[in-house]
Amino acid sequence: MAKQIITRLAAVIPILFGISVFAFFLMHLTPGDVTDALLGPMATEDAKEKLRRAMGLDRPLIVQYGTWIGNVLQGDFGVSVHTKRLVSEMVIPRFYNTVLLALASLLIALSIGFFVGMFAAAKSYSTFDRVSMSITLVVGSTPPYWLALLLVLWFALEFRWFPATGMVSITGDGGVWDIAHHLVLPAIATAAAPAAIITRMVRSSMLEVLNQGYIRVACAKGIRRSVILWKHALRNALPPIATISGLQLGFLLGGALFTEVIFAWPGLGNQLYYSIVARDVPVVQAAILIIALAFVLVNLAIDILNAYLDPRVRVV
Amino acid sequence: MQDRRDAAVDRASRRASRWRRAWGAFASDRAALVSLIFLAIVVLLALLAPYISPHDPYEAERLMRNKPPGTPGYWLGSDSNGRDILTRLLWGGRISLLVGFLPTFLAMLISLFLGLLAGYFGGWIDQIIMRTLDAMFAVPLVLLAIAIAGVLKPGVTTEIIAITIVLVPYISRIVRTATLSVTAQPYIEAAKAGGAGEATIILRYVLPNMISPVIVYATTLVGLMIVVGSGLSFLGLGVQPPAADWGTMVSDGRVVLKKSPHATIFPGLAIVFVALAFNFIGDGLRDALDPKAVARKDRG
Repeated sequence: MAKQIITRLAAVIPILFGISVFAFFLMHLTPGDVTDALLGPMATEDAKEKLRRAMGLDRPLIVQYGTWIGNVLQGDFGVSVHTKRLVSEMVIPRFYNTVLLALASLLIALSIGFFVGMFAAAKSYSTFDRVSMSITLVVGSTPPYWLALLLVLWFALEFRWFPATGMVSITGDGGVWDIAHHLVLPAIATAAAPAAIITRMVRSSMLEVLNQGYIRVACAKGIRRSVILWKHALRNALPPIATISGLQLGFLLGGALFTEVIFAWPGLGNQLYYSIVARDVPVVQAAILIIALAFVLVNLAIDILNAYLDPRVRVV
Repeated sequence: MQDRRDAAVDRASRRASRWRRAWGAFASDRAALVSLIFLAIVVLLALLAPYISPHDPYEAERLMRNKPPGTPGYWLGSDSNGRDILTRLLWGGRISLLVGFLPTFLAMLISLFLGLLAGYFGGWIDQIIMRTLDAMFAVPLVLLAIAIAGVLKPGVTTEIIAITIVLVPYISRIVRTATLSVTAQPYIEAAKAGGAGEATIILRYVLPNMISPVIVYATTLVGLMIVVGSGLSFLGLGVQPPAADWGTMVSDGRVVLKKSPHATIFPGLAIVFVALAFNFIGDGLRDALDPKAVARKDRG
């Protein structure tokens, strides 16, 4: 097991290297120049040239990459072109806000996924099964930003149950309840599509297991159905569910960008969006790197969890 | 000579009957068939938009702002600029459907090339292609598309390029896996022993036998990409005003969400229905092209 963890860890390094190269060159292949954004359209070519030299943009790309990655490895993402603040100071607190939103959404998605999926599998081809599976199909095809707007329309503008924007209210105390109150709508909007996919996965994975011989043996022995479902079957149905949930976390981070923009949630996705529009290269690079690192580490953790859940996976 | 011609005719008719059987299986799936008809109508309406739409999609009618659905002449209402929603839905469909379909098709072509190379030849070619694509897997698809679209000049072309790039790693993986399983079959070895060249083997024996799962996967992706593409437009990274796709329309409706919710609701519904239809068609195709999947589905 330890050997497998080490092998998987080693495989992560070239992936992260690839991502860093990608993040670096992506922003350097863009039409238009950072100096245009900084100095405005009226700037003289001379002033632009000076600024380029000061920022080290006249050196070969490979040298620029070396300097950049060296700094990044020490936690220095540079200075924001726009706000002139340290990128790490801007990005890290926002990453925590996104993690909060993502975890809340994942919790919602997993609880819905497990309960509805288990119930649908236990009573397969019942009305409940058919109706819930149709709903998952529709929700799975629903754009997260549209769903977010519908939630705002009904629960913020019409009924006024929840706030439509922000993470804390101006008049509020900024405490746990205040944040939780602001978290409800964005979390539901972000959770919807992943919940639908996890539900379907739980159902199909459970059905696969429920058809196996040892379940029939357990039934024949007279073990209670709930025990069979939650103990005997679920344990063996877990690995594919864990894998898909890990992947969903990635989609969740993507969907969170839309909900963060709509609900003005001060997260990393929101920051990434506004930095892309403003062509704030260092911030975009940092945001992409942090999200990729989080995604890779989560999937690594899922792989290890799977090896723990299913000993057959361990031999790689 | 006669024998050889007979054999060719025989092969052709066998191929035809295979497709006929697949079509029969597909047509017996009611959801898939209804979805196909629905999509055909939507595509037709979008293509005919210049001839059938009741209004000009861009001309703002100042007196007709924010009219509710049911207003005579504006059956789905008008938006905050006084433009007819139905007209803009028809015109927007042209872009939304294009952005869903074209990138998936282009990505499929690129992935077929990369995945076949990686799966058939293996070794260092496989390593280079797949490790490069692995790095792209590390960033969630939507974020990657936004990042790529964000650095290029906003527009439909950008949207198509961005979505094509992010799809390649996903489809290539499927192509590679399918290629590996076909390459292991005895008939490939037989073809090699018969002295067929690499190109012949790949194009005549491997490709036709591994393409079905790839087509099925790509079909379901089209629906998802309509959602993703509208998302890029929603963020202002795709098609630029005054032109609009369904995502831009949802975004335009945001500012008058409370006053005229229909401006947001209708384009969103269009996205959901079309994405759903592609999912049903994908499911139907899977069952039609892969009889084993039907058996699996019956069991679970």
